[in-house]
Amino acid sequence: MAQTLYDKLWNSHVVHVDADGTALLYVDRHLVHEVTSPQAYDGLKLAGRKPWRAGSVVATADHNTPTTGWEQGIDGIRDPIARLQVETLDKNMREFGAKVYFPFLDRRQGIVHVIGPENGATLPGMTVVCGDSHTSTHGAFGCLAHGIGTSEVEHVLATQCLITKKMKNMRVLVEGPLARGVTAKDVALAIIGRIGTAGGTGCAIEFAGSAIRSLSMEGRMTLCNMAIEAGARAGMVAVDETTSQYLRGRPFSPAGPEWDQAVAYWSMLRSDPDAKFEREVTLEARAIKPQVTWGTSPEMVVPVDETVPDPDNEKDAVKREGIERALVYMGLKPRTRISDIRLDKVFIGSCTNSRIEDLRSAAAVVKGRRVARNVRLAMVVPGSGLVKAQAEQEGLDRIFIDAGFEWREPGCSMCLAMNADRLEPGERCASTSNRNFEGRQGDGGRTHLVSPAMAAAAAIAGHFVDVRSGF
Amino acid sequence: MQKFTRLDGLVAPLDRANVDTDAIIPKQFLKSIKRTGFGPNLFDAWRYLDHGEPGMDNARRPINPDFFLNQARYKGTEIFLARKNFGCGSSREHAPWALIDYGFRCVIAPSFADIFFGNCYKNGLLPVVLAEAEVDALFYDCASFPGFRLVVDLEQQSVSTTDGSRRYRFEVDPFRKHSLLNGLDEIALTLQHADEIRAFEAARREQFPWLFR
Ligand code: SF4
Repeated sequence: MAQTLYDKLWNSHVVHVDADGTALLYVDRHLVHEVTSPQAYDGLKLAGRKPWRAGSVVATADHNTPTTGWEQGIDGIRDPIARLQVETLDKNMREFGAKVYFPFLDRRQGIVHVIGPENGATLPGMTVVCGDSHTSTHGAFGCLAHGIGTSEVEHVLATQCLITKKMKNMRVLVEGPLARGVTAKDVALAIIGRIGTAGGTGCAIEFAGSAIRSLSMEGRMTLCNMAIEAGARAGMVAVDETTSQYLRGRPFSPAGPEWDQAVAYWSMLRSDPDAKFEREVTLEARAIKPQVTWGTSPEMVVPVDETVPDPDNEKDAVKREGIERALVYMGLKPRTRISDIRLDKVFIGSCTNSRIEDLRSAAAVVKGRRVARNVRLAMVVPGSGLVKAQAEQEGLDRIFIDAGFEWREPGCSMCLAMNADRLEPGERCASTSNRNFEGRQGDGGRTHLVSPAMAAAAAIAGHFVDVRSGF
Repeated sequence: MQKFTRLDGLVAPLDRANVDTDAIIPKQFLKSIKRTGFGPNLFDAWRYLDHGEPGMDNARRPINPDFFLNQARYKGTEIFLARKNFGCGSSREHAPWALIDYGFRCVIAPSFADIFFGNCYKNGLLPVVLAEAEVDALFYDCASFPGFRLVVDLEQQSVSTTDGSRRYRFEVDPFRKHSLLNGLDEIALTLQHADEIRAFEAARREQFPWLFR
């Protein structure tokens, strides 16, 4: 029978299934970070258990590490509780072991969803889990990747399996060429705008179509990263030439004769031509414009040349109230032109958009210009130490610094404001991250999600502006 | 997970409905990196007269003498007697962790909040639902007889007074009963398939050796 990519990944990892469909799914790669792992390791210790296969674990500290003051070492972490979490991860790694651990201050440290792929620790055909919802990112490599809770982290550590049920198959097709200046982030936001934040609930989404095939691995990661914001626990893209090109020669990629063996297997990691999807949505790539969210949910999004919606035009009472509440929180009036929204801060970073390609595209916009006077802080936080080093080698850091941006150390930073990087109440930010929920970037902070190029353009203009206009 | 078979324990009553998980363990204690050590902060806001923060020496804090757990007669208690909708509010697993860390093995109430109820089983704390009138009678007993104990027998699904004069039956899901009686947590249940996992892993290693480098 014809199978989807998800069917293939699922079938090749089922260890055991109960009559009710509850399955034990084998886990190939377990990514670990400091915030959701301590209780899991503590639980193992209490029960006198050992990790089933420590070699499956790739770990780093990213969520609450600071992005400045690294020269002070561990003392640079001012919050004692954050520091304890980082130190506890160090201790657990010493005690329980891992394939590799990139601790705080290591040159390969970075956001967990950036370091896995860039080291070749995320490979096609794998099941990948992490105590973090944006694990969907790794699906870009033809993986089955999803986020799990702390009890599940402990379960996977102890048994190498996840207890789960099969999801539905959904396909999002994006066909045709993307317009110039339109990125994977805009595609992701346009999809969520179309299907809503619950559009993929209960599904594994495969992103397909010619526009997706033409995306780089960085772009595919951005797209799969946002699958969770469309309600899907997993997003994925079939393996092709782009995938293997990206992986060739990475530290943990297969090498020698195993490389050929792997590539031959990877070529089968695609949906069969007549495979059935329970849901299918098609978008025309050409019609997608640069996107800007105006509200407090990623589905509250419009193209940059439009206006903030008017709740009076919404017939559905629940939706109308949602719009009204979001506008109050965001401090916006109905029918305001998106390009009239002025900004206080700009954040380029997060596991959605902090890879080298993202930084290049932002730098291309910024080059030779200055951050607008009304923007109090514009910051670039590379996704990892390796991304940072690469960017510096290309001179991108100078471009940002000369324009008035701050060039920071890697980490999650202002994506979730667990460290010192945050918005003050009422501050408005153009952000390349993935969530614009109330308070996500700091209590009372107002987040607008955009692509790196759009964030860069907004920093220069001081307000949102269509990056394609040259402004 | 600790087994639960039969427990003969001292009963401590909290005569208040809708006790939420934020009362059971206030949010400032969630930053901890452990599942253990929450006992001293169980009901922190009610139990002490000052405001508690992580890292304080709880032994030196002023205690609220009126709070039931601070009364000498309930020292060493293992059975928590509660009113309806116990454990409502946030889903934090820290609430059962705190009750267990304090020394409780069983909570008896006329009803529980859903998530809390499930979290109890996950951690080896037995939640027992009895009829409102039965719980009323037990509150009366606690008030009248210092040192009042109950025998909770999971195999028999019964709660009885130590002299056997009164006995109440309770319902429990057969799968959860089996897990608790045998001290099996989800991990232990999965590990019953350890041979299957090992065989699967070996075959996978053979076929895709690069995944195991
Ligand atoms: S960058 Fe943001 S979304 Fe990504 S892992 Fe860190 S906190 Fe989560």
